[in-house]
Amino acid sequence: MRKSRALLVLPVVAAVGLTACGGPASGTAAGTASSSSSAGGDLSGTLTVFAAASLTDVFGDLGDQLMAENPDLDVQFNFAGSSALATQLTQGAPADVFASANEKQMTVVTDAGLQAADPAVFTENVLEIAVPKGNPGNVTGLADFGDADLTLAVCAADVPCGAAAAAVFADAGITAQPDTEEEDVKAALTKVQLGEVDAALVYATDVQAAGSDVEGIPFPEAEQEVNDYPICVLKAAPNAAAGQAFVDLVQSDAGQQALADAGFRAPTS
Amino acid sequence: MTLEAHVVVQRGSLGVDVELSVGDGEVLAVLGPNGAGKSTVLRVLAGLLPPDAGRVVVDQEVWDSTDRHVPPHQRSLGMVFQDHLLFPHLSITENVAFGLRSRGMRRVPARAAAGPWLDRVGLAGLGDRRPGELSGGQAQRAALARALVGDPRVLLLDEPMSALDARTRLAVRAELHRHLGDYAGSAVLVTHDPIDAMALADRVVVVEDGRVVQAGTPAEVARRPRTDYVARLVGLVLLPGTGTGAQVALDGGGLVAIAEDAAGPVFVAVRPESVALYLERPAGSPRNVWPLRLVAATPHGSVVRCDLTGEVPLTADVTATSFAELGLAPGADVWASVKASEVAVYTR
Amino acid sequence: MRRRPDPGVPLPLLVPALLAVAFLVLPLVGLVVRAPWSSIGPQLAQPEVGQALRLSLVTASLATVVSLVLGVPLAWVLARSRIRGRSVLRALVTVPLVLPPVVGGVALFLVLGRNGLLGRPLYEHLGITIPFTTTAVVIAETFVAMPFLVISVEGALRAADARFEDAAATLGADRWTTFRRVTLPLVAPGIAAGAVLCWARALGEFGATITFAGNFPGTTQTMPLAVYLALQRDPEAAIVLSLVLLAVSLGTLLLLRDRWLGRGSGQGIAA
Repeated sequence: MRKSRALLVLPVVAAVGLTACGGPASGTAAGTASSSSSAGGDLSGTLTVFAAASLTDVFGDLGDQLMAENPDLDVQFNFAGSSALATQLTQGAPADVFASANEKQMTVVTDAGLQAADPAVFTENVLEIAVPKGNPGNVTGLADFGDADLTLAVCAADVPCGAAAAAVFADAGITAQPDTEEEDVKAALTKVQLGEVDAALVYATDVQAAGSDVEGIPFPEAEQEVNDYPICVLKAAPNAAAGQAFVDLVQSDAGQQALADAGFRAPTS
Repeated sequence: MTLEAHVVVQRGSLGVDVELSVGDGEVLAVLGPNGAGKSTVLRVLAGLLPPDAGRVVVDQEVWDSTDRHVPPHQRSLGMVFQDHLLFPHLSITENVAFGLRSRGMRRVPARAAAGPWLDRVGLAGLGDRRPGELSGGQAQRAALARALVGDPRVLLLDEPMSALDARTRLAVRAELHRHLGDYAGSAVLVTHDPIDAMALADRVVVVEDGRVVQAGTPAEVARRPRTDYVARLVGLVLLPGTGTGAQVALDGGGLVAIAEDAAGPVFVAVRPESVALYLERPAGSPRNVWPLRLVAATPHGSVVRCDLTGEVPLTADVTATSFAELGLAPGADVWASVKASEVAVYTR
Repeated sequence: MRRRPDPGVPLPLLVPALLAVAFLVLPLVGLVVRAPWSSIGPQLAQPEVGQALRLSLVTASLATVVSLVLGVPLAWVLARSRIRGRSVLRALVTVPLVLPPVVGGVALFLVLGRNGLLGRPLYEHLGITIPFTTTAVVIAETFVAMPFLVISVEGALRAADARFEDAAATLGADRWTTFRRVTLPLVAPGIAAGAVLCWARALGEFGATITFAGNFPGTTQTMPLAVYLALQRDPEAAIVLSLVLLAVSLGTLLLLRDRWLGRGSGQGIAA
């Protein structure tokens, strides 16, 4: 979470909060109005963004960029698992923007009627095969996960990446022969980095983040289980203008480039 | 069998340098105050503590020298400790058989061999008990049987009776006397109790501050103590002085008349019971009369032991009756007299 | 009959002691209260639960045996020998106590993994891989749990009267015989206590296990791993599994207490 100039800004927050409460209804209109915010400098107060943990690096950079353009604006993030964030929002946590790592948790929020406008999918993440540098197991595609001689890691079915993996295997008709079902994607990736498994099924962004120790192998079957990332400004947003500006930034060319650099890809739908 | 030892070892601030020699079937008592280094000597003999210098030789077999240290378990010895140290997890029979088992005997014959020893020390029928179920005296008897069972060349006894109450001590001492009489090897008894030494030992060495200060038979040591410590132990007042004819000039001042002529440095030894006390200077002008002051009076059995200061510091034992008749109290001025014939004199 | 408060416990001790009990027991009460008792039957009927429980008990027991075989001699060296660098050695032994278990798991990879210092030659010459096997579970649990045994046995050895060992030496016992026939029985209660601690720690081990041994039902998924993953999906199931683990471990310890420590507790070591 970022915290800067928080004390100085406090009275401004209160003022902006009041005005935001006064006229929240026309979200789309506000969006169009501030789409030229890159020229900027007119936003102020505190912007609170609830975002999936996988967005930590990209959103952090975009937040810094927004603050640089708007010296009076303070951007604060709450990065956590999407389900935890959705729960917090339905329990009344104050936020301006919610970015979920899947449609399901966004639906939790929209079912509660918390969105100011319909969520938009701003990026996608797909499964990829992560192999240690040099690919010692000569893994070529998803079918290799049926090879009992290889040492393989997948996520446990109880966690999101495991559920996606199970769906991909089912679609492809492959009986996976994993040696370990990891508790989360980072744990699976660690074992690839150490070279202790020949391959693990993780997200493309994880491969990207892992650096040079890990090589990614995209596979066509992943298209069956694309993970969409929806984002929206919230109805009760204390700083709706800044929230919309952030959503616009994420969807702008610069935002999309940052996401692509981190291994995400542009939404296809 | 003989034990010849010269033990040199530094223990903290105490430097120990003691020579010992124990012959066949002989019992040597090492007598001395606490902290004199007695137990250190015994630990060296047992091999539990390697000496800094010196040697330990048993029957021409070198146990310790500058280039040799036989570990304790390879020495033919038995040791009895102050508080018996019977293994609490083993029965009495197993304790007694322990030495045989660890020297390679099988379980059954070792237990069988332990039986007669239990009989000999009067523990027949108690073999299945645990040490915790024995009285102090019984435990110490079991410890003796455990030490003797392998028929060792050397028997070491470290204050074997100091943990017992007075009555038990008497009984165990008598039994120990009997067993030591039967024992053919060399025995070394460490004690601070002169009665143990007198009752059990053939010879006594007195150790103070890590050095031998006196050696001899128990009778010699008792009759002619050479240090205050031994003198107090055997109940004598020891006064060093210089003899000239029939009197001794004490180093601390004062003159003592004696029955025989003496010359040069001597010890004067006075038994407390030979000192008589009077309120007035006694008539008949005995030669040894001194005006002294009573500083302390402590009941001691049927007598009251009176500590006196003055020209000749003495201790007098008077009967409780006389003490009462004289109406004495600490601080009282008294006259003390000793017959010249009651004064022992021997060269320093 | 009226009961008065135990006069043996002074108030300044009684109050913190009661607080400590509350602190330790209340979370347990929380688990019991929140447990979905109605669904406990179907939860337990799942084959994975029995599998994970069996694996936990087997691996924790094996880890305890390995810890005893290696840890008791180590404790003796720390307590009795005069080798140099003993204090450094003791500090090293306690490293797994302060190391986050996940880091411990990574460290085990670096030594015993396919690319590890020892693991690579094992793999390349003998074709043996240790990670992701039940052996790896036992190794991870031993790594984390053995220090508990070593420290409590060392404490017992230090507290035991070393003069019994002197007595054994004068009775012809060499140091090994002395250790076997005198030292070991004397510190048996300390060893038992250490083994119980070790077993309990191994049973609850999570971080090093899931890192080094991974998580696969039947081979490496112990109860704590099953609990953790259940927590991701269904917190109620996690509570049920935790209670099962708790009940089984408490039951085992009570049973052993009666069997091993039931008698002889009054038999102290003579001072």
